[in-house]
Amino acid sequence: MKLIFDKSVPGRSLSLLPKCDVEETTLPKEFARTKAPQLPEMSETEVSRHYTELCHHVYGVNCGFYPLGSCTMKYNPRIDEEMAQLPGFTSIHPLAPEYATKGCHEVLDTARKMLCAISGMDDMTFQPAAGAHGEFTGVLLIKKYHDARGDKKRTKIIVPDSAHGTNPATAAMCGFQVVNIASAPNGCVDLEALKAALGDDTAGLMLTNPNTVGIFDENILEITKLVHEAGGLCYYDGANLNAVMGVVRPGDMGFDCIHMNLHKTFATPHGGGGPGAGAVGCKNFLKEFLPHSTLMDGKESSQVRSFAGNFLVVVRALTYILTLGREGVKEAAVNAVLNANYLQERIKGSFKPAYDRICMHEFVLDLSEFKKETGVSALDIAKSLIDRGMHPPTMYFPLIVHEALMLEPTETESKETLDMAAEVFHDLYKQAHTNPEPMHSAPHNAYIGRPDEVRAARTPVLQKKL
Amino acid sequence: MGSYVPSTLAERQEMLKALGLKNEMELYAGVPQSMILKNGPDIPEGMSELEVGRKVTAMAEKNLRFHTVLRGAGSYDHYIPSIVKYIPAKEEFLTAYTPYQAELSQGLLQSIFEYQTMICQLTEMDVSNASVYDGATAAAEAAAMCRDRKRTVTLVSAAANPDVINTVRTYCYASGNEMRIIPMKDGKTDTSALKEMLTPDVASVYIQQPNFFGLLEDAEEIGKQTHEAGAMYVMGCNPISLAILKSPRECGADVAVAEGQPLGMPMGFGGPYLGIMATTTKYMRKLPGRIVGETVDSKGNTAYVLSLEAREQHIRREKASSNICSNEALCALTASIYMAAMGPKGMQEAASQCHAKAHYLAKELCKIPGVSMLYNGEFFHEFVTVMPKAEQVLKALEDKGILGGLPVEKGILWCATEKVSKAQLDQAVAIVKEVLA
Repeated sequence: MKLIFDKSVPGRSLSLLPKCDVEETTLPKEFARTKAPQLPEMSETEVSRHYTELCHHVYGVNCGFYPLGSCTMKYNPRIDEEMAQLPGFTSIHPLAPEYATKGCHEVLDTARKMLCAISGMDDMTFQPAAGAHGEFTGVLLIKKYHDARGDKKRTKIIVPDSAHGTNPATAAMCGFQVVNIASAPNGCVDLEALKAALGDDTAGLMLTNPNTVGIFDENILEITKLVHEAGGLCYYDGANLNAVMGVVRPGDMGFDCIHMNLHKTFATPHGGGGPGAGAVGCKNFLKEFLPHSTLMDGKESSQVRSFAGNFLVVVRALTYILTLGREGVKEAAVNAVLNANYLQERIKGSFKPAYDRICMHEFVLDLSEFKKETGVSALDIAKSLIDRGMHPPTMYFPLIVHEALMLEPTETESKETLDMAAEVFHDLYKQAHTNPEPMHSAPHNAYIGRPDEVRAARTPVLQKKL
Repeated sequence: MGSYVPSTLAERQEMLKALGLKNEMELYAGVPQSMILKNGPDIPEGMSELEVGRKVTAMAEKNLRFHTVLRGAGSYDHYIPSIVKYIPAKEEFLTAYTPYQAELSQGLLQSIFEYQTMICQLTEMDVSNASVYDGATAAAEAAAMCRDRKRTVTLVSAAANPDVINTVRTYCYASGNEMRIIPMKDGKTDTSALKEMLTPDVASVYIQQPNFFGLLEDAEEIGKQTHEAGAMYVMGCNPISLAILKSPRECGADVAVAEGQPLGMPMGFGGPYLGIMATTTKYMRKLPGRIVGETVDSKGNTAYVLSLEAREQHIRREKASSNICSNEALCALTASIYMAAMGPKGMQEAASQCHAKAHYLAKELCKIPGVSMLYNGEFFHEFVTVMPKAEQVLKALEDKGILGGLPVEKGILWCATEKVSKAQLDQAVAIVKEVLA
């Protein structure tokens, strides 16, 4: 596909603005730019066709099965979009007087109340713009809590080795030393390792439950108790909340603060990598440390971004929660788990699950033996799935499983999609044993073949030189 | 109750049967049973699409919409071309995840590569990332990227947006580093105070251009001082103003950051917005967030991939340059479409009209007895006036559908964009005049 700059023709433009109807002014020379930016010069037809061409080479949830583990790629309802595009929301200035923004506050208050009920928390902020941003905010609460008590010795955050990379990266951004603890053979927290890591220097624990291998940690109450007894706090990474929303609450598991990915669990679209929203909830005793906008609230406090956060994403999530309601939230979780188990059951005739047991919303395949047998790697399978019209699962994560493929079908997939996917996996399994060669260079039917990532990193070309 | 689960009850039974289970709650047998909510969460029952549409629309209608917005302070009411609203709504763009699988995401990756190029054009920097959350977090990330073992202190101008200052402060607090405020003089960064503050432990200096009060800083001089002291220079920009204002590169910036909202995003009560971040080749590998690079595929054809991932959290974990993962991809796409639709001339026109209209408004307001400018410096599209009865003036404007300037400590901070006409400005001025008469 040609770059947009190669389609630019000098002199082309859209007619968008009226002539200036006030006296024209000139910027003093010492402030004026010397060379105009070389942006594309296009007609509206060409802008439209360029992006339409690009969008034909993007695979979204609306295109087909997207079992990208840990990302909860559920269907994004259109009504949620429609509500977020209401001019009554889009045209509101964040610093308009409160009497003129009652509707926005109602959205935030209603969403806060419902998400607190779902998570078992007492209060919530919508400032964080994504999951990792929510983690930062949550760990910040932990830091502020200890600081406010003058407890300066708590310098460590405990993170299991199965955690997302964002967990240790977040703890480090918050100035904590990261203590990685090895998981037990069943993929859950190793209680002995946890006990050994805990001490009076423990600030807290970051945990997701169900964890990244898709298993609910049965010892969760014991885990949070141990951390509390050591004087630490427990942070819940809500990445996997879709498995249990409406069934159990992180607040009841003993967690003190939590982030929820509204763009995963609550069906707001991922947009090709954002905008998301990482609502952060906490128990009452942490409430005073929640961040606020200085401009909106008129007082200085801690703050993690401007204004009230990704408000229009909250509108989408609220529309979704209102639609599902009490029974629907639970129905979504239960069917996410049912779909994952059904797909695991259908696939395990060929590929081996890393943990062969009832899973939650996702499961991990361990292809290490399969690779030894056939020479075909998890990467080769992932790329071969592209030729079969499916988005590949998450590859090589979590790090505690070798040759991992992590599948999360979500509740919005039908039984026939799951059956189809299982058949594709069986086919690939067979092919790996009979004709593996083409699999090493898959995909063959995609817009491009495998890209040379090493070259991209060694000789970086990060913009088009114009 | 609404539902997006396609399986029928019969199909669910069939699936349970295949698992050897009788009912769905057996799936949760491994969860401590005392914890299970018997009746679901304590929220109302679900609704049909028609009902929920009605309910949420009613909330939107409780907001008061102003036909004229003369308030900025970090969120700006610019004209959004129609096409900019439609393209990002295409479902493929909307519902895709981060483009981890390049073979299925060339359209998305190319759009990010084009965005990076446009940002490099606008800022004249060498490398842009794929975005961060907003302008405030971009400033905070820039502060982190400039620190090293010896230089840990971040200086931030008091004339920057308070939300940005406090976000940087919070990020610095979190990582255990110090932020110091450079005082203001006549509404601008006090350059003689800055000189004194540039100690050997200073990692970076952040200023905003135009600053929070709309004034144009002496950005080159500040850059010179900063570099002489061996620190890095971070400039917070307004992307629309860059069509006519000296670029951060021309002012000597090492890192350019910006709130990208003016590039086609609605005010939307504060978000989603767009964090723009660009730097020079020298600091490329310290830039946080996703970056797309050009390469070739196995057949030798041009291809785009997420690149330089050795900086990132999923590879480096606690040693990553930032924890950022999801960014604001769809907003970056929106900004690209906006820049393509406006073109270089449209961007210049919008910037020039902002400048002209703000100056017209300032001039007309100052003709009213009792009204004067708080500061005398050059300004772009925001300025502060001093006037009596500020509260009454703003209320009178609101009653006529005009959102006036933002009350700040010593006056009112006004903003005018290309979107307001002379007639709208004249109406606002007439109302102020009437209240003060």
